Amino acid sequence: MNRQCIMLCFLMLCSVFSYAETEKVFTFNSQLDEKRYNSMIAELRCPKCQNQNIADSNAEIAIDLRNQVYSMINAGSSDTEILAYMVARYGEFVLYRPQHSASNFILWYGPFIILGIGLVSFALVIFNNARRRQTKREKR
Amino acid sequence: MTRTRKMALFLPFLVFALLAGMFFSQLGKDTQYMPSALIGQPIPDFTLVELQTNKVLTHQDLNQQGPYLINFWGTWCPACSYEHEYLMTLAEQGITIIGIDYKDEPDKALVWLEERGNPYHLVLLDELGNFGLDMGVTGAPETFVVNSDGIITYRHQGIVNAQVWQEMKEFL
Repeated sequence: MNRQCIMLCFLMLCSVFSYAETEKVFTFNSQLDEKRYNSMIAELRCPKCQNQNIADSNAEIAIDLRNQVYSMINAGSSDTEILAYMVARYGEFVLYRPQHSASNFILWYGPFIILGIGLVSFALVIFNNARRRQTKREKR
Repeated sequence: MTRTRKMALFLPFLVFALLAGMFFSQLGKDTQYMPSALIGQPIPDFTLVELQTNKVLTHQDLNQQGPYLINFWGTWCPACSYEHEYLMTLAEQGITIIGIDYKDEPDKALVWLEERGNPYHLVLLDELGNFGLDMGVTGAPETFVVNSDGIITYRHQGIVNAQVWQEMKEFL
């Protein structure tokens, strides 16, 4: 029993090694670059498997895009340059935080506009009721 | 209750009807559809090797072609072998197709073209997929329409067949 257990543990350990080997190891110039890389790949959407970011996806294209982000960061590109590069090729679609523009104005600000309308109509109703009550009282 | 106040009570219903109509019109649409960012733009710069002649070609070499298709394919891609037959039909009709051998090995590609026939005017090797990245490709097969001004007008992801071609040929 004990031997079997040890054997099992060993085998499980082996599978961990083989898994680790398939992942490409990236080396960065600084810790900041590594942080930038990790936040960048978490924020870019995979164009193939559309509900994942490129960090989570194992699609070919996601691997390519990760490599691209990595090489651009190591070549000294800024975050905006990398995002511009991606948007030029895959459209705004790849941004999980879309830029504010005329086409998505309603999506960004619509809720606030509706909230504003709600507040104004609420105030109007209160105001009207108060006035009506007052005119009733005056009639009496 | 005044007339206008009565009318106002219908407002929520109107909003509901509007939203329902909007959602209904979107039903059944391809959720994977993603417009290409390159529509209306010239093809990106490239320097690639031609498969059969081993010549180095750049984007400028494609400019005198007139309208053409750019087709990304690879011998590793099962859907590409389905598509191949229809590409042969298009080539027979005189459509210029530029093949991009995407993330593939030249030897395998040569064998493929020899066995199945060659629908391509030129086949450019994109072994690392860099040109694919510049074109915003997400896989193969993928086909772009480039008009006579060298501007990309249409992109189709997936197999080109007679049905897809009906729509696609309008953009040539």
